[in-house]
Amino acid sequence: MPSYSLSINNKPVQVDAEPDMPLLWVVRDLLGLKGTKFGCGIAQCGACTVHLAGTAVRSCGLPISAVAGQKITTIEGLTGNHQAELVQKAWIEEQVPQCGYCQSGQIMSAVALLHRNPKPTDADIDMAMQGNICRCGTYDRIRKAIHRAATLQQVPPGSLKKSLTQI
Amino acid sequence: MSLPNKIARREFLKHTGLSGLALILGVSSIHSADAETITRISPCNLPMTGLADLPESYGITPYIIIDPTGRITIINPKPEMGQGTYQSIPALIAEELDVSLDQVTIITSSGQKAIPGQSAGGSSSVRGSYAQLRKVGASAREMLCTAAARQWNVPVGECIAQDAKIVHKPTGKSLGYGDLVATASTLEVPANPTLKDPKDFKILGKSMPRLDIPLKVNGTAVFGIDMEVPGMVYASVERSTVFGSKLVSYDDSATLKVKGVLRTVKAERVLGKIRYEGVAVIAENYWAALKGRKALKVQWDHQGFDSFNTKDYEQHLHELSKTEGLIAHNSGDFDGAMSSAAHPLEAFYETPIVAHATMEPMNCLAHWQEDGKVDIWTSVQGAAIVKRELSEALGVPQDNVTAHISFLGGGFGRRLAADYAVEAATISKAIGKPVKVIWTREDDIQLGPFRPMTFSAMRGAVSADGKAVAFQHKVISPSIAATKSDKYDKTKVDRSMVEGISEQKYEIPNMKNAYVFADIHIPMQYWRSVTSSTLAFAHECFVDEMAVAAGKDPMAFRLDMLTKESDCKRVLTKLKEVSHWDKPLPKGWGRGVAQYEFFAGLAANVIEVSTKKDGGIRIEKIISVIDLGTVVNPDMVKAQTEGAIVMGIIAAVKDGIVFDKGKSIQSNFHNNRMLRINEMPAVEVHILADGGPVIKGVGEPGLPPVAPALANAVFAATGKRIRRLPFDLAKIS
Repeated sequence: MPSYSLSINNKPVQVDAEPDMPLLWVVRDLLGLKGTKFGCGIAQCGACTVHLAGTAVRSCGLPISAVAGQKITTIEGLTGNHQAELVQKAWIEEQVPQCGYCQSGQIMSAVALLHRNPKPTDADIDMAMQGNICRCGTYDRIRKAIHRAATLQQVPPGSLKKSLTQI
Repeated sequence: MSLPNKIARREFLKHTGLSGLALILGVSSIHSADAETITRISPCNLPMTGLADLPESYGITPYIIIDPTGRITIINPKPEMGQGTYQSIPALIAEELDVSLDQVTIITSSGQKAIPGQSAGGSSSVRGSYAQLRKVGASAREMLCTAAARQWNVPVGECIAQDAKIVHKPTGKSLGYGDLVATASTLEVPANPTLKDPKDFKILGKSMPRLDIPLKVNGTAVFGIDMEVPGMVYASVERSTVFGSKLVSYDDSATLKVKGVLRTVKAERVLGKIRYEGVAVIAENYWAALKGRKALKVQWDHQGFDSFNTKDYEQHLHELSKTEGLIAHNSGDFDGAMSSAAHPLEAFYETPIVAHATMEPMNCLAHWQEDGKVDIWTSVQGAAIVKRELSEALGVPQDNVTAHISFLGGGFGRRLAADYAVEAATISKAIGKPVKVIWTREDDIQLGPFRPMTFSAMRGAVSADGKAVAFQHKVISPSIAATKSDKYDKTKVDRSMVEGISEQKYEIPNMKNAYVFADIHIPMQYWRSVTSSTLAFAHECFVDEMAVAAGKDPMAFRLDMLTKESDCKRVLTKLKEVSHWDKPLPKGWGRGVAQYEFFAGLAANVIEVSTKKDGGIRIEKIISVIDLGTVVNPDMVKAQTEGAIVMGIIAAVKDGIVFDKGKSIQSNFHNNRMLRINEMPAVEVHILADGGPVIKGVGEPGLPPVAPALANAVFAATGKRIRRLPFDLAKIS
């Protein structure tokens, strides 16, 4: 079985996996990081969203062989990243999650959006977040939480700005 | 740490004679009981294995455990599936016990025999537990007060509970609950404890933060799909997507060549009277199981069921609609009123089968042990369901089943059935190992059980002066119960299939409702707000049609039929005000109203829509009023109503399940679409809560009035009457 090296949450890891095994199952079953969720397997729902070099991607359709040597961040890897923790804080303040199953993916998409666009408009949010389904219907609160996170991230201005790729 | 022996524990356990009430005081060593057996744990299910056998040993009903160090544990019989029971149920106890929820460890019950009501459904969790669990908390508080009074040798009236301590008012001295459990556990449990005056509530009635939310923003919340135990293997099961098929044979030679695949075994999924065979591919990891499944060659005998299709079945329902059916309600003289009325009218309404599509696909980790004990780790709407279904389907004594309940990634009624747990148990039994079975999204969408479709033949009449004088709602549909039970009685009206149609408060003098049973071999299931989710559409759209025939404003027409005081009248009156019903809308806009009262409660919605320049309809805003009586957590009520509204929109304008060649055409989120954030309208929720003794359901009432309010709004904006769901907003102009 081939062996792959990659960086997960800023830690180098080595996994033995079949080349076609999606990153989702590598992360969940081989590395034991269960925060990333399986929702559809065809990149339609966004529950499995992780960051690949800072960009939100759907891990269910991404074979391990295609991401070898790359930098992956999962929901667990947001801990310690100030900007990302502000997004989580906003999520708590708006009391966003209901069942919560999609929320790791929602937050990963939101963190990536705010990283490249610190002050997103509603239209920007629509564009960035429409790949993430929430069956509980928390969309209104997700939108509010993203706006709130944008405000939180700007205070104090310019401080603690950290690139996602440094997580 | 090992559990204390039973005799030692017995001395600490406190029994009560009250139904549903008991305390364990002074048991200190439960918490670490199963650290070895569960590799992944969360605050919601930390010591569940350790607790599973403890209360049953004594036949008591433990909700509160306080140990001498002061650690407080509350056992929550209502699984958390997004509806907020992880906060709202323990809150009922914590309020009366005078502790804040952040001082408490919450454990979801795991099927202990003595705990009643271990399931969540029918919007019943809070309203069903409100009186009983407050009493549990109050009794414990009084026992702790008495214990303190004895310890200090002071009158008990001078002792009060305050923030997990008992305080002696005259001196200000205090003792923590942990210091008092030894004494408290020797006391009689008060039969009628004094409940707090609601004006003194610190938790109930306030928008308190949910305790599960911090776990759900950083990936630490544990769902069924995340469970692991040592030595477990994974499985994916190939089943026929044509319901009613028999497994003839299978060839696993290619499957067994897939790296990581261990073996294949037959599996059996049981849904009431129906048994579905499948072939389980067992593997070292889930991906290997999936690949192995794809390589299987299975031969099914479809037994003719592969000719079933929705088009023909709908035709069958239309033909059945010409029969009278079973009379569900008859008041006044409906036929007479129809024949003499100035404006008789009739219409036919149609709704589709839909899937629940919880975000967490069905899954279950099962371990059937050599001694016949079965451990189930899963997302299910109650431990009691798992125990019952394993017992009924597989003959496992209920006492042998322990159901470890994690957070649920959505329930919506789907997880009131434990067919997936039964199936996982059959696989574990066959292979002698713990096995985690995960359904694919395709399995989830295509294999049911589904919400049934209902067709409604509506007739009614309006008098010359614009009053509703006759009304008939005839439901033609399959029955949820009939698809599961051999004992279904077709000669009686299936009350769950005529939900609410005879209970609306409109004062119509002549009404005759009926139910026409339609047989089907597709498994059906409760779906959020059950049959009200479809019947309200026909009912409240037809009321609108009658308003048009009467030449009246739809809100005024409804209120005119509500001369007596009722919850419905209060709700509509409030909705009229908060929706600014009488304020003109921009050109091209329309608003519609609907309400529906059913087993779960009552809500009413106004929906505003606009017509787009290039055609199509946009949902602009939804204003909802939900009637509660007493409210436990207002923000959670709002969240639940927002969610119910979104689910109602999806069922109205997205994809139903359509059968062709015996199977569902829809298979995943690309063709069983959900609402997405860019389609989300503004939602405004108003709660009617007078704090009175009545307490109504929260999770479902917002849903039934969505489709009719939307269709009525479309009519107001375009003059086009929608009588069939789902409909495509983009195609209306």
